[in-house]
Amino acid sequence: MSTVAETQIKLTPEHDARPGASVRSRLQDLLPKIVLAPSFAATIVFVYGFILWTIYLSFTNSKTFPSYAITGPRAYQRLWRWTFESDPPSSWYTSITNMGIFGFLYIGICLALGLFLAILLDQKIRGEGVLRPIYLYPMALSFIVTGVAWKWFLDPGLGLEQTLHQWGWTSFHFDWIKNKDFVIYTVVIAGVWQASGFVMAMFLAGLRGIDGEIMKAAQIDGASAFQLYRRIVIPLLRPVFLSAFIVLAHLAIKSYDLVVALTSGGPGGSAWLPSNFMYEFTFKRNEMAVGSASAVIMLMTITAIIVPYLYSELREKSR
Amino acid sequence: MSAVASPARQAASGVRARTLNRIVIYGLLALFAIFYLMPLFVMLVTSFKTMDEIQNGNMLSLPHAPTFAPWIKAWSEVCSGLTCVGMKGYFWNSIKMVVPAVLISTLLGALNGYVLTKWRFRGHTLVFAMMLFACFIPFQSVLLPMATILGSLGRFGVTLQNATGFNFGLGNSTVNLVFVHVVYGLGFTTLFFRNYYEAFPTELVKAAQVDGASFFQIFRRIMLPNSLPIIVVTVIYQFTNIWNDFLFASAYAGSGDVMPMTVALNNVVNTSTGVVEYNVNMAAAMIAALPTLIVYVVAGRYFVRGLMAGAVKG
Repeated sequence: MSTVAETQIKLTPEHDARPGASVRSRLQDLLPKIVLAPSFAATIVFVYGFILWTIYLSFTNSKTFPSYAITGPRAYQRLWRWTFESDPPSSWYTSITNMGIFGFLYIGICLALGLFLAILLDQKIRGEGVLRPIYLYPMALSFIVTGVAWKWFLDPGLGLEQTLHQWGWTSFHFDWIKNKDFVIYTVVIAGVWQASGFVMAMFLAGLRGIDGEIMKAAQIDGASAFQLYRRIVIPLLRPVFLSAFIVLAHLAIKSYDLVVALTSGGPGGSAWLPSNFMYEFTFKRNEMAVGSASAVIMLMTITAIIVPYLYSELREKSR
Repeated sequence: MSAVASPARQAASGVRARTLNRIVIYGLLALFAIFYLMPLFVMLVTSFKTMDEIQNGNMLSLPHAPTFAPWIKAWSEVCSGLTCVGMKGYFWNSIKMVVPAVLISTLLGALNGYVLTKWRFRGHTLVFAMMLFACFIPFQSVLLPMATILGSLGRFGVTLQNATGFNFGLGNSTVNLVFVHVVYGLGFTTLFFRNYYEAFPTELVKAAQVDGASFFQIFRRIMLPNSLPIIVVTVIYQFTNIWNDFLFASAYAGSGDVMPMTVALNNVVNTSTGVVEYNVNMAAAMIAALPTLIVYVVAGRYFVRGLMAGAVKG
């Protein structure tokens, strides 16, 4: 026994030969890991462990309270059946179609508007320092505040419609927020209002990072401004498109608060997204297993988008 | 075309085209500025109007006789459900939740970033990747297990209370929310500090080590004094996120006098007993928005940098 300890001490000659010091120095070597351990353990338990727990629950028959007897993929079968139940639409069908509409428009409009504003702001604008924060401040607000503000603004009896009526345009009609077929588009409007300024800031940073020499060379070759952007600038901005897409996609899938504050779920739950479906089924309708199954589906959707992205980013970094 | 035009005329038409171009660009920029400012403007003017003026006047007009009454009412007597005690209590709930959560998650993030860049071990990339992925999960996928655990801890807290007369914070909603926000904020704070320390010269750390400085001495004397920008970014990012959170707040402190600001605001706006006082609702919304807006106005540059750092990963 003592020989092992001796050889170890010999291997690290700078340490004191007394056994107490050796323990202390070994502790020193372990210290970084000890410091990191609580955070990592918390991540393992409260993120990955809880995800497994949710997956487990989705295969049980849990209603109001968790039950731990596995009963098979019944919750998923129900969701699958509901996926095609369009007449009358099940709330799951409504949630995922809304997700499609909202995700597509929200991401598409934010990218287009963000790029457009960034290009406009990049034309050596006087007052850029004033305009940029105006475009971006909504990102600092909570979705609840955004929802409250837009709810008022879009209310037919109080907001925009009423105002235009007072100005004499009495035929103007805009009641999307009360209309079950259009309410999801009001969520798009408020969502775009909140996030597009941020996308603008990302594109602007990208534009400022482009080498001026390339632009000059293209201009000398006689490229028009439109050609310049289409052929040279936008292709160079590809990494920004990717980052912005990732941010917007995960914001879109996580959107929950905005629907609640803006529409309270819409008439008959017509503005629900999967996140609202999950919350309602788990905590209000006592269908815990179904709620868990929908959470698992949300998680898998985000994973399919994020994991390839993180993988490529981290690999690029370590290369 | 341009080949035959005289240089002078070409220049003149060029100037005209450019002027027109500038007018269009500034016009569009101004239009969008109005689009972004409109809801805040409406919220602000409405919060200073009387109910009379709201019902008979124009949404966009400035208040004729500005009144602070809606703000006072929103602060100290507005109803959330059946309790009419104003927003002030919920405002303090949010403060009590945000401050410890931000401090703890920032400190842990700094330590994690320090270890993951300057004290690397086998598998450090995997550890980081796992913590990073946690930033992106939809919180719905952990909501229910956390509710179960917090519920059990709460019951255990009651037992402790009976046995020792003190519950050690178990079952206290503010403590619960601080815990939840620290756990699920760790990914982002670690990311921020890791990326920042990655660019920090390792030679300095090595030199200090040779001089006999310990792990914590290096952290305190060398890393922290050089981390001010990233600390500001992280604190602002965490503050905004935690203040604005609604999902965790409504799941774990969704009713009663323990609600944070966002949940209380949503309840106030959806309280339908009696006449809906829009001016008071708008004042309440402004009160909920002000802390993050002030941070944004004071430190906008850092706010944007945090968002960017959260967006451009790796």
